Amino acid sequence: MKKVLGAVCGVSALLFSVPSMAETTLTIATVNNSDMIRMQGLTSEFTAKNPDITVKWVTLEENVLRQRVTTDIATKGGQFDVLTIGTYEVPIWAKKGWLVPLANLGADYDVADLLPKIKDAVSVDGKLYAAPFYGESSMVMYRTDLFEKAGLKMPESPTWDFVIDAAKKVTDKDAGIYGICLRGKAGWGENMAFLTAMSNSYGARWFDEKWEPQFNSPEWKKTLTTYVDLMKQAGPPGASSNGFNENLALFNAGKCAMWIDATVAASMVTNPKDSKVADKVGFALAPNTGLGKNANWLWAWSLAIPAGSKKSDAAEKFIAWATSKDYTKLVASKEGWSNVPPGTRTSLYQNPEYLKVAPFAKPTLASIDAADPNHPTVKPVPYVGVQYAAIPEFQGIGTQVGQQFSAALSGSTTVDAALSAAQSTTEREMKRAGYIK
Amino acid sequence: MARMATTRRVAVSTAGAWLAGFLIFFPILWMILASFKTELEAFAIPPSFLFFHWTLENYATVQERSDYLHHALNSIIIAGGSTLIALLIAVPAAWSMAFSPTKRTKDILLWMLSTKMMPPVGVLVPIYLIFKTVGLLDSRIGLVFILCLGNLPIVIWMLFTYFKEIPRDILEAARMDGATIGRELVYVLTPMAIPGLASTLLLNLILAWNEAFWTLNLSTSEAAPLTVFIASYSSPEGLFWAKLSAASTLAIAPILVLGWFSQKQLVRGLTFGAVK
Repeated sequence: MKKVLGAVCGVSALLFSVPSMAETTLTIATVNNSDMIRMQGLTSEFTAKNPDITVKWVTLEENVLRQRVTTDIATKGGQFDVLTIGTYEVPIWAKKGWLVPLANLGADYDVADLLPKIKDAVSVDGKLYAAPFYGESSMVMYRTDLFEKAGLKMPESPTWDFVIDAAKKVTDKDAGIYGICLRGKAGWGENMAFLTAMSNSYGARWFDEKWEPQFNSPEWKKTLTTYVDLMKQAGPPGASSNGFNENLALFNAGKCAMWIDATVAASMVTNPKDSKVADKVGFALAPNTGLGKNANWLWAWSLAIPAGSKKSDAAEKFIAWATSKDYTKLVASKEGWSNVPPGTRTSLYQNPEYLKVAPFAKPTLASIDAADPNHPTVKPVPYVGVQYAAIPEFQGIGTQVGQQFSAALSGSTTVDAALSAAQSTTEREMKRAGYIK
Repeated sequence: MARMATTRRVAVSTAGAWLAGFLIFFPILWMILASFKTELEAFAIPPSFLFFHWTLENYATVQERSDYLHHALNSIIIAGGSTLIALLIAVPAAWSMAFSPTKRTKDILLWMLSTKMMPPVGVLVPIYLIFKTVGLLDSRIGLVFILCLGNLPIVIWMLFTYFKEIPRDILEAARMDGATIGRELVYVLTPMAIPGLASTLLLNLILAWNEAFWTLNLSTSEAAPLTVFIASYSSPEGLFWAKLSAASTLAIAPILVLGWFSQKQLVRGLTFGAVK
């Protein structure tokens, strides 16, 4: 028996990993976006300045990360010291007491330099709960050559009528050119991000002031009918399975005349290494219908500290470094100005060197400024968030509704059936969650 | 005439078998091909099959960005460890159920199988809390333990069916000659059950190697196996298929090679007892 015990202990000792105690090790959870990968590559610059801190990266797929991090925070597992989360999670998690407020970012951090809309999105009751790493809105990216050929001129802030008309005019299916590429893949962060933003511009809303779902409203019907008709006439085949990446590949291969999506895509479509149309892309604000709201969203991938972390001082040091002005300069000196993380600081949009290499800088800033998470819709709403409602139930409901709308796009159901299914699903879930009776 | 018909039949069934094999293998082949494409080509419509610009760039990026060996070693330890421990427990369990069944043996077998019917996510939070309390989060031993428990029902069931095929008389003869239970297990039963043991071992190894729920949720960095390595290459904003394919190819390579060398035992083991 003793021998067996000894063997078990020996094996356990081998299998257990013993971390060294001399220094603080930060575990940082993030997603695999190019700006984050760049940050990972520059870690040594941070550790050189902070020799008592070592950094470990955990990169995961977005949904896996969300599930993994939620489990850890809810159980106070303390596996992570810095989290990469979006503007959707920040207000929900902060209210639950899951995040540590960032009060010690340092004297030279310059909080006032953060773009006001982005700062609001990651603050609750005036306290910053996450630091924006890169921010984005959405806008129209279009092919200047195709527009010129068709004799069209894109206004700075186009209407949906113009966009629809232009999409039909430039579509040349025989040549494999489609007037417009839009998201169709089901998911609260996929097609619903686009469609919710689009519905805002048509005067629709997810819920009224009493949390009653509004999919039976004429505004939603107009939104979904317009979207489905437009995609049938001028969209690429199989659009119901296209998300950000699929559309990016289509646009870069020269198949789309217009693409309405995240502003962060601008640096990807204008990068000659990845894009066949790099020198033929123009930008404009997301379309509107004259009701006062454009079809653009607001999102910021941000760094936050979970309440369970025992190393919050070191974690805050890292966050201050990764979201500082100096970090922007560091990236610029190593990889060029066009590769700095966009959409977080006013000073970046006043930097002549950045403006010189980034033709998309001004429309990006204008798009971010045009989004208002606190007043996202034409009619009043009880929720915060442009392309989502910042309540925990939204992920589940949004994805179910997204599946209905994706089915309407693929033709396996009608617009009316999709809307009434969306209405009844949302009603059921909101009743279950206790928002309505 | 008869010979011609036979030849034709053989040709048709050979072609059919190759076609079926190719269809099953195609997704893996496609992944391997995609790993040699550029990101733009990996997404191209219509897709190019063989005539594209072959590149090793993705492998270089993966090599530069991740510590493949660290993840591979974790996978080997976790899959190997959980398989060995599962076998150590399952061989005596299956032996007793096959050769000295009681009234409740059938119920116990069914009860064990029923534990596989619950979706693992249902017990994620309790298991996570237990692991946190005993300090097993992000540890290899924790993953060995949980995967071993998860696969144990399958291992016992497989071994039970193999053992049942072995005539009791042989064991009785050994007992008549004065063999103890231990000797009976090691010298009589095990050699006869080797094909069954080998295929159980290999199947369990593959299941543990591919297990992606617990390994993703209970590991962070130290104990992270290849599943975590693969999951780190999917991107919400940016093209990733070529790099993801390269990472996946690297992740399945060891198990593919192992499967190739042991396919004889695997096929023999899976059909063992099919014909009496």
